[in-house]
Amino acid sequence: MDAQRHLVVVGGGMVAQRLVEALRDRDGDGVWRVTVLAEEPRRPYDRVALTSYFSGRTPEDLALGDAALWDDPLVTLVRGDAVTAVDRATRTVTAASGRTHRYDHLVLATGSSAWVPPMEGADLDGVFVYRTLDDVAALRGHVTALAGERTVRGVVLGGGLLGLEAAGALDALGARPTVLQVDTHLMSAQVDLGGGEALRRLVNRLGIGVRTQSRTTRLLPHRTGGVGRVELADGTRLDADVVVVAAGVRPRDELARAAGLPIGPRGGVVVDDTCLTDDPDVSAVGEVACIRGACIGLVAPGYTMAEVTVDRLLGGGAVYPGADTATRLKLAGVDVASFGDAFARTPGALEVVWADPVGGVYKKLVLSDDARTLLGGVLVGDATAYASLRPMVGRELPGDPAAFLLPEGGTGAPELELPDDAGVCSCNNVPAGAVRHAVAEQGCHDLGAVKACTRAGTSCGSCLPLVKKLMATELGKLGVTVSSALCEHFALSRAQLYDAVRVAGLRTFTEVLERFGSHGRGCDICRPVVASILATTAPAHVLDGERAALQDTNDHVMANLQKDGSYSVVPRMAGGEVTPEGLIAVGEVARDFGLYTKITGGQRIDMFGARIDQLPLIWRRLVDAGFESGHAYGKSLRTVKSCVGSTWCRFGVQDSVALAVMLELRYRGLRSPHKIKLGVSGCARECAEARGKDVGVIATDKGWNVYVGGNGGFTPRHARLLAEDLDTQTLVRTIDRFLLYYVRTADRLQRTAPWIEEVEGGLDGVRAVVLEDSLGICADLDEQMARHVADYEDEWRATLDDPDKLARFASFVNAPDVPDPSLAYVPTRGQVRPATPDERAVLVAGTTLEVRS
Amino acid sequence: MTTLDHPATTWLTVCRLHDLAYERGAAALVPDEAGGLPVLTQVALFRLLDERVLAVQQHDPFSDAHVMARGIVGTRRVADLDVPTVASPMHKQVFDLGTGRCLDPAGKEPAAGRSPDLRTWQVRVVDGDVQVAVGGGPS
Repeated sequence: MDAQRHLVVVGGGMVAQRLVEALRDRDGDGVWRVTVLAEEPRRPYDRVALTSYFSGRTPEDLALGDAALWDDPLVTLVRGDAVTAVDRATRTVTAASGRTHRYDHLVLATGSSAWVPPMEGADLDGVFVYRTLDDVAALRGHVTALAGERTVRGVVLGGGLLGLEAAGALDALGARPTVLQVDTHLMSAQVDLGGGEALRRLVNRLGIGVRTQSRTTRLLPHRTGGVGRVELADGTRLDADVVVVAAGVRPRDELARAAGLPIGPRGGVVVDDTCLTDDPDVSAVGEVACIRGACIGLVAPGYTMAEVTVDRLLGGGAVYPGADTATRLKLAGVDVASFGDAFARTPGALEVVWADPVGGVYKKLVLSDDARTLLGGVLVGDATAYASLRPMVGRELPGDPAAFLLPEGGTGAPELELPDDAGVCSCNNVPAGAVRHAVAEQGCHDLGAVKACTRAGTSCGSCLPLVKKLMATELGKLGVTVSSALCEHFALSRAQLYDAVRVAGLRTFTEVLERFGSHGRGCDICRPVVASILATTAPAHVLDGERAALQDTNDHVMANLQKDGSYSVVPRMAGGEVTPEGLIAVGEVARDFGLYTKITGGQRIDMFGARIDQLPLIWRRLVDAGFESGHAYGKSLRTVKSCVGSTWCRFGVQDSVALAVMLELRYRGLRSPHKIKLGVSGCARECAEARGKDVGVIATDKGWNVYVGGNGGFTPRHARLLAEDLDTQTLVRTIDRFLLYYVRTADRLQRTAPWIEEVEGGLDGVRAVVLEDSLGICADLDEQMARHVADYEDEWRATLDDPDKLARFASFVNAPDVPDPSLAYVPTRGQVRPATPDERAVLVAGTTLEVRS
Repeated sequence: MTTLDHPATTWLTVCRLHDLAYERGAAALVPDEAGGLPVLTQVALFRLLDERVLAVQQHDPFSDAHVMARGIVGTRRVADLDVPTVASPMHKQVFDLGTGRCLDPAGKEPAAGRSPDLRTWQVRVVDGDVQVAVGGGPS
């Protein structure tokens, strides 16, 4: 029998993560087990998104891929133990802890380190690099500590991609940054002088200073210690409370050097197109690899190398296809992209430039000498065309190239029909054909499904607009309507209609139809939508006036329609809490009306088999026993599930039941685009399964963590962290805003998970809206929720008090006391169930009933 | 009160017009015949905004349950006309309330042996009484 082989990966960065993921994906027979030796004390994280750490993201949000990868028995991750030596003769590596690991194959994925130019003062306090989470956390700590005392002046050494990210981060922390660039313009490795100038103007607008052709000679201490000034080659001195060095990176090739492997002229472990070094048992991937003569500081080529290596380990013949060095910088208010031959180095290349200095826009396309084939481009200020142009590199552009540079809404660029083999997502190497196939053949009809199926857009997300467009085009070919119009009666989407109705202050369906509809009297699509919108913009009882005619039968009779036309009844048991008396009352009702009872997933009791005419009788009993509607029938809050919490549990740190009851009573009856479920767990053990809910709250010893966007069902999702360690008041306010923002902007029947994916800015956008009030709507949302809480009434109790409403529950308008003769039940496991058609044929024969005439 | 209008047609009063809510169905039991035997059949009555009352079978041919009166009323544009419709509350098949024709089977087949279209009854309103034509009248 072949012994299992051992792969050792040195380095725990993004490329290592991808390599392990690809290996476990493809090595179904478990030929390889893999050990990853990471220097940092954490799992691989999304280094590309480091800057987002400043806009409130936590280390957990930077997690990559599926965390289950690291639970795989064939995968071992050793954290916080840097490898110190490689012995190729014995095929072992030794780590700082003294532990050794024998390998059958070794992959060096040690990445790069930030390069600090040799200069006086580089070791002063307050001088940082920008590479790891720890670097970024230290920078944040330093600036936050100083910010209390004065305006913090920051200087960033380096005007490249990373330098601008660092400047953006300083800006987000409230510091006043200045970028010092040695070269003639910003991002000189990616954009030309014209683009660099446009970029400088954009960056200036953000309040970030820029000095080009400025070489720093030394850093001078402040009299109170720490860095105080930066001195430039021309003698200028700038005040600086914090300095971030972003002058470039150097490959971490020291292990390879010591092991005697060939090193490139500018560093890096030399590898061939199969990513193998000089030693057939050692590969190198990512930024440490010198491939085709250069190291590449981008993640996408690293991913490609990881895939090539895995293919080779499994006996495949993959070779490195060359790097796509396209880059895009995304800072608030600054949009820059560069792709292909951005500097027109191809002989005979032509440049088409469009610049709008006032608008801060500079765009350039590089074309072949016949002005037909796209070779590359630079987009500054408006890089929306990036996603569709980048895959066209090396291909003929249809029509006049200039059309692609003009602002949106101008003469309009021709629709680009991407060839199937054109890459769409470079992070995950997904061609256009794969997206089309997912839509046409694999039944993926929304963005979430396409992402899950193809992995396109799951890393940096910059290709999502293109993926969406491809999907829409493909759906169009399938005859699936992709118009956002609600139905034939309303050209608006649900979100648009919500705003329109709210702003216009309309109160009835007829008004809404007259004002915003096109013709007719609505349908089973738009009527419930308008009912749901009016429920939060102009609250009233579900059966009041014209509203009654808008409700689905569930909302109309306030019970859940079952397959035979009977209904089920669910009284609220907030937080899953119920008294013995309550249980007895429910039991008696079920027994007296012959109802089948079952415990629901939301910690309450469902009673089945109630006829429409029995519903008021059942509810009279339930209301008298102190129960109220559980809204199990509504597109509204269902339940807030909880574990027993700190009052009883040995492990609980907070009173989860009390919070769950409070939240359920707060949001009960809130009508929404789809059902909403909440969960509260009293400790990190998470017994309430809160992360499977639209809003999940998990107790910490400092307060509450809140997660959003979870659900079970067809596409289960885990909720993602929205905010940490909130006190109860802040938590409630955050959930208030989250729910109402969802209610206002989600599509019909769209749950929170897909909504978060599609709403402006994704989860970060939601966080900005609900925590930082980036849209300025929070006061309005708070007021709307306060009104919901104040106006709440139990709709069943209100119905029982109103004879007109009760008249709707008659079985027959001409025989109100005659039960529906078509219903029939047979016993099963001590209760009843609806009879099958065959059973019913016997049971319901020859009904004779008196009819009023 | 029953009125004879046609040798074979009986107009059966089922309720007062104001007993019916606008654009919302109500079920009624009417005498009928099946296989030569007298039976009671469930009909679904719908009062429209123009005070027309339309009647179709209460039985939903797709779900095999007696629920049509609980569907949502609306209109659908068919050949430039807005025809009144009801959607099954079970699985949203849409039917023309005037003719009973199934306009949208929602990707489903009717239950075994059932027509996808609904049977209709003639309805008239006399002095505020809603009357359904029963017993061999045209349907």
